[in-house]
Amino acid sequence: MSTATRSLPRTIGAHAVLLTYTAIALFPVILVIMNSFKSRAGIFGAPLTPPTPKTFDLIGYTTVIGQGDFIHYFQNSLVVTVASLFFVLLFGAMAAFALSEYRFRGNTLMGLYLALGIMIPIRLGTVAILQLMVASGLVNTLTSLILVYTAQGLPLAIFILSEFMKQVSDDLKNAGRIDGLSEYTIFFRLVLPLVRPSMATVAVFTMIPIWNDLWFPLILAPSEETKTVTLGAQLFLGQFVTNWNAILAALSLAILPVLILYVIFSRQLIRGITSGAVK
Amino acid sequence: MAAQTRPKRPIRWHVGVFLAPAVLVYTAIMILPLAGTLQLSLFRNVEQHQVFVGFDNFRTLFGDPNWSVNFWNALRNNVWFFIIHMLVQNPIGVLLAALLSSPRLRFAVFYRTAIFVPTILSFVIVGFAWKLILSPLWGVAPHLMDFVGLKSLFTPWLGKEQYALTALSLVSVWQFVGIPMMLIYAALLSIPEEVIEAAECDGITGMAQFWKIKLPLILPSIGIISILTFVGNFNAFDLIYTAQGALAGPNYSTDILGTFLYRAFFGFQLQVGDPNMGAAIATMMFLIILGGVCVYLFLVQTRLRRYQF
Repeated sequence: MSTATRSLPRTIGAHAVLLTYTAIALFPVILVIMNSFKSRAGIFGAPLTPPTPKTFDLIGYTTVIGQGDFIHYFQNSLVVTVASLFFVLLFGAMAAFALSEYRFRGNTLMGLYLALGIMIPIRLGTVAILQLMVASGLVNTLTSLILVYTAQGLPLAIFILSEFMKQVSDDLKNAGRIDGLSEYTIFFRLVLPLVRPSMATVAVFTMIPIWNDLWFPLILAPSEETKTVTLGAQLFLGQFVTNWNAILAALSLAILPVLILYVIFSRQLIRGITSGAVK
Repeated sequence: MAAQTRPKRPIRWHVGVFLAPAVLVYTAIMILPLAGTLQLSLFRNVEQHQVFVGFDNFRTLFGDPNWSVNFWNALRNNVWFFIIHMLVQNPIGVLLAALLSSPRLRFAVFYRTAIFVPTILSFVIVGFAWKLILSPLWGVAPHLMDFVGLKSLFTPWLGKEQYALTALSLVSVWQFVGIPMMLIYAALLSIPEEVIEAAECDGITGMAQFWKIKLPLILPSIGIISILTFVGNFNAFDLIYTAQGALAGPNYSTDILGTFLYRAFFGFQLQVGDPNMGAAIATMMFLIILGGVCVYLFLVQTRLRRYQF
């Protein structure tokens, strides 16, 4: 039966469609990276060919590194992303544990309240968030971004993690209780290590939108000191509209770290999505 | 049961300790500002004082030509943006997922990984890279169209009022097609073997199997993708801002609610920023998104439940 469904033309057709779409998905990325290593003449003369010894030129990269303070922006992005991620995972796991482990009055209601943020984007509260940050003197600090991203990441993290925490065996936790472990020890020593794989999934889901966000850095922390890579790249690209070498090099520098991280973590990410974590 | 056991138990402080940090941050940074924004939309700044004006801001938004023209334009554009995603992104996502999930397909991991790459890139990269590719200065797009003999059809799409929004919607589709693909792929993989085997025993294979067996079973996932697309689209800002700037040119033809909110709130060029009008626009976006989510939860999801295992 299965040979009937796996006829040769059908397989070839499937590969043709998938290959075509893969080409469409990767073409712009490859095009930008390829051309960033070329001289200006090479970029405009033969945009579709890889750099040859004749057209190879690193002028774009030297301009970018000379002009923009990208190392600093990169640090800012890293601090914001790592700190927000830490708080989302810690607070999210704690709340998810409370919701999935204990029965208390208002449990369901609390779950619904925390899930509200999955559907309603935090961006809609921007006007009041800015007022709040101005009032507390946090404008143009990385702290404001960390706070906002922590709040933004929590709903989905709690939702996914509580699904996973329900699967941790009750016998194990009760055994711990009989041995006299406190609830805190049970959470940190027994439960957290067991849900580590799902924590990784949540981490990837939380990380990508934070790293790529433009809206909040633009509004809450646009100063030179606190610019993130995304905002820095956006302003840099705006300034160098006519310097194609610099633009292509800046784009490549922005693509490469994300691409490398993605290649390392793609299995984790895809396993997370396909394990039905997000239903 | 909880009521019976309660008197025996002392107050369980640890439940509060576990919940407190998340609830505090979430309430202070997300729920209160959202409520604050809704409240601000009912006030207006008169001589440095916030004065309660009821629904006056909304009357201005819908009635005053200075605002309403832009508002309806942004809303119309946003609806079109959403329609393109529903008509192009989700069918392509379903098609790719159906092909990927066929048994014993070689290189499935490679395809899956590669097609998801655009989704992880930031809007800044995507917006700018496509701006360069579609630019008549560089000539990559006309060059490529020449291969298939369509060079005469090329125009600078991003610069033309009638095409710019559609072109940007398709760029956004290109970026996000990985999400429906992955979610549908996951749903297809979770269909039990027995169901497929039973279908094959009844002689339902290939295309018929997809339409008659698999598609009804993945309808709940399609519902979720639709609502995710809806929320994402009516909240979009970054791509338009990066590719066309805050003025969403040419001549506001790519203006959507996100960029309109940004201009109203912060002001841009000649326009002075107005937090109260910004809050009114944010409130409208909130109501639109809430409406969509409610339609999904109460109408779509309750009907789709029946198909679930």
